[in-house]
Amino acid sequence: MYFPVADVVVNPLLLAAVGFLVGLLGGFFGVGGGFLAGPMMFLVGVPMNFVVGTDLAHMTGKSIVAARRHRVLGHVDVKLGLLMVMGTVPGVEIGARIIERLEGTGVIDEVVGTIYVVILVAIGAFTAWESLRALQLVRTEQMDAQEALAFQGAARRARGLHIPPMISLPGSGVESISLWVILAVSFLTGLLAGVLGVGGGFIRMPMLVYLVGVPTHVAVGTDLFEIVISAGFGTLTHALKGNVDILMALVMHTGAAIGAQIGAVSTRYFAGPRIRLFFSVLPFIGAILTVLRLFGLMVGH
Amino acid sequence: MRNHNLKLLIRNFAIEMVVYSVLLVAYFYLALRFLGEPLKQMYETRMVVYAILALVLIVAQAVMLEALTSMIVRWLGLERLE
Repeated sequence: MYFPVADVVVNPLLLAAVGFLVGLLGGFFGVGGGFLAGPMMFLVGVPMNFVVGTDLAHMTGKSIVAARRHRVLGHVDVKLGLLMVMGTVPGVEIGARIIERLEGTGVIDEVVGTIYVVILVAIGAFTAWESLRALQLVRTEQMDAQEALAFQGAARRARGLHIPPMISLPGSGVESISLWVILAVSFLTGLLAGVLGVGGGFIRMPMLVYLVGVPTHVAVGTDLFEIVISAGFGTLTHALKGNVDILMALVMHTGAAIGAQIGAVSTRYFAGPRIRLFFSVLPFIGAILTVLRLFGLMVGH
Repeated sequence: MRNHNLKLLIRNFAIEMVVYSVLLVAYFYLALRFLGEPLKQMYETRMVVYAILALVLIVAQAVMLEALTSMIVRWLGLERLE
């Protein structure tokens, strides 16, 4: 099928298939899936300059479907989501400016790529370790299966910080937490997302669970809610720069909408630790893709 | 109860798959073919309008797909797993 905006012929069924896969992952794990969709879109023939913007556009639509489904299931804390946006936006902006400053050094791709791989492997390894330990605790009946968490120290310490204003997050079961903790966590995830050039769902979801103490299902739903806003903003800015082929995004979204619904509803059939265990595989896939890209860059040099 | 829910889930998804497949075909052969040229012209001449329209189109498609599926599931009298 010919896409006149990008001036390229791409098989629409492949685009829909990419959308379906990324939608499924997004609905289940609460991630945008850009780190997987980007390389896959490039593989099916989407020009590189249209990959990021078009992916963001389809991500917006997909996240609306998945977040709406999670909201109906009671998995979206709107208050937390909106507060997170307040920290994420400046974080992303500052991260992007840091990258701009570093670009003059000439080795920015290798440096950022290496940091990215280290963070991904650390998140993947930690989440896998914690979820396996939580499942072990469930087996020995020391914890409730649905929300067993084997690492609660950081969240407990974060909740122990009494820096006003203190807020409550009834949607997440958090009675009292400093607003500054929420803003710090969201700023940090935004900063990392800005520096690494990714949406940051795979950083935000575990941070919400381990640092804020949000139940896994609510972390997934709330992260999707935030992605709707951030990806929507990203779509607009990229479209203004001419990097969005909206026809491609619409085709991808038809597949993504199915995947997102299946993913979102499927979370009902898995307990928190098992979702986190499955999730831990994603950062490793992202790390492998980045290493391959870095290897390509090094060969190019 | 869990098995009952699972059966409903599978039935629900099968219907949604059919609905989305029909929409997919409609997009491939009708809407996208007609949208292509006007959007290309807008992309080349009025980028701001194109950017806003891009966001509106993707949000509208998401909302419409969700609403349409909900409506069809309701018409068929199927219990939603929510």
